[in-house]
Amino acid sequence: MVSQVMGWIDERFPLTKVWREHLAEYYAPKNFNFWYYFGSLALLVLVMQIITGIFLTMNYKPDARFAFASVEYIMRDVDFGWLIRYMHSTGASMFFVVVYLHMMRGILYGSYRKPRELLWILGMAIYLCLMGEAFFGYLLPWGQMSYWGAQVIVSLVDAISPEVALWIRGDYVISDATLNRFFAFHVIALPLILLVLVFLHIIALHQVGSNNPDGIEIKDHKDPVSHIPLDGIPFHPYYTVKDIVGVSGYFIAYFGIIFFLPEMGGYFLEENNFIPADPLKTPPHISPLWYFTPFYAILRAIPQKQLGIAAMGLSVLIFFLLPWLDRGVVKSVRYRGTLYKSALAAFVLAFLVLGYLGTQEPTIWYVNPIARVCTGIYFGFFLLMPIYSRLDKTKPVPERVTS
Amino acid sequence: MDKIQADRGRRRLLIGVTSAIGGVGVGALATPFVLSMLPSARAKAAGAPVEADISKLEPGMMVTQEWRGQPVWIINRTPAMMAQLEKNAHLLSDPDSDRSEQPEPCKNVARAMPGHDNILVVLGICTHLGCSPTEKLKAGNEGGMGSDWPGGFLCPCHGSKYDLSARVFKNMPAPLNMRIPPYTYLDDQRLLIGANKKGG
Repeated sequence: MVSQVMGWIDERFPLTKVWREHLAEYYAPKNFNFWYYFGSLALLVLVMQIITGIFLTMNYKPDARFAFASVEYIMRDVDFGWLIRYMHSTGASMFFVVVYLHMMRGILYGSYRKPRELLWILGMAIYLCLMGEAFFGYLLPWGQMSYWGAQVIVSLVDAISPEVALWIRGDYVISDATLNRFFAFHVIALPLILLVLVFLHIIALHQVGSNNPDGIEIKDHKDPVSHIPLDGIPFHPYYTVKDIVGVSGYFIAYFGIIFFLPEMGGYFLEENNFIPADPLKTPPHISPLWYFTPFYAILRAIPQKQLGIAAMGLSVLIFFLLPWLDRGVVKSVRYRGTLYKSALAAFVLAFLVLGYLGTQEPTIWYVNPIARVCTGIYFGFFLLMPIYSRLDKTKPVPERVTS
Repeated sequence: MDKIQADRGRRRLLIGVTSAIGGVGVGALATPFVLSMLPSARAKAAGAPVEADISKLEPGMMVTQEWRGQPVWIINRTPAMMAQLEKNAHLLSDPDSDRSEQPEPCKNVARAMPGHDNILVVLGICTHLGCSPTEKLKAGNEGGMGSDWPGGFLCPCHGSKYDLSARVFKNMPAPLNMRIPPYTYLDDQRLLIGANKKGG
């Protein structure tokens, strides 16, 4: 009976073919480790954000007069509204946790290197889209941080082209018109783009195959008869089962935060955002949410407006060039030399320090001087990469993956 | 062969022309969508001037007036504050407000209308990224600004500092002095913000 139904479908739609090519007979390297959880987790978080988002829109009102109150209504009067809202707000921060770790994996094992340049670029496009999603979504509660955060970001555009800033706002200041259109971007435009990009990202991945912690190609050693990579195992059931373990671990952390620390001490939901937006008064201390603070610290570190904006923009966009900046003969950090490892360690440290400094008040004496040093290290990591990645004394790479 | 070559040339021309006309059509269709995002007629109409009464504004005090959805500060500066303004010149990025925006009569050290030197009317928006700075009017370390602070404003977002004429200090993220909006005195106690002349 089942096989008859499947046969009926397969004559009309390549269901079994898709199942085989992308799951049951998609061969992934057998040596995946902890870092390889975050791709599938990112997909899970995307689905969770879409589902919780749908339920939030049932009670949210994208109107400057009602928006703030409608969020509080969801929190207090809607059955389980608090849970759905906290799942969405915590999910936003966790999305960036997962995506930053996913990107770190790519950098560690050289997953952006040939032939995976386009895969990396599509991933970066997803990251940019995600930043837009986070920014537009953050205006919706119409709190003080929502309002002044949007004011600062749109002013960045204003500094480059006042006409474009006016067009984005739809008013001379951040207003009801802005809130209404940001809602449209957040719930329709960007999620659709995001879904298309995720689809393309997965198609590109399955075209070139997954990289692995050794940074070598499993397709170089295939079984002479079956043409299956000797170091490959089918994604399903091996990695679907492995990823379920990842999902369990993720849910423990995610729901732990939702139930015990939903505001994460002001890092996931800022205190000032529990005050309704007041266009006449900027809160005494404003900073973006943690996932934007490294870039924000770079903006503040440069005491010249246009240069600061340019440096901030470049600090995000420069990731796109990574496949061409890296001239190392090996892909994986396992076989790189001290030079590259030191550069990567300095970069990660600079990124984290910038992230911390971006949350601190700019008047503290050490904030901007240290941020300037870290900005130098940040750009040095990328711009000097063609030199030090080539000079780096690498170790020999194994023929087959190691376990 | 010649026939095929000729057909290819024609085909390329037809594809080119069809694409170009289709492109123009897409552009034309996109125009109303793009333009629909500009400020609506209602948003444009909301920019009318507002009146402010300063009869109760004591020396050293500040009030905030909303104009076009943005804060306009009116500050009654004390003689001591006024005396400090001249001394700030060496600290400032644009002490004479040459690059900054203000109505022509206000282009002076006080950045105020002649005859009402002590009254500062300024759009309380930082010229860096549009935050509204915090008032730190009193000189000295009272507001945590250090003992050499001459009195002025601090932007909480990126730390830009301004003096009591809303002039920006040197080496700050903000490039210009805060903007002085067009305004006029209806009489000694009443201001009209957003208009150069009475009723204008």
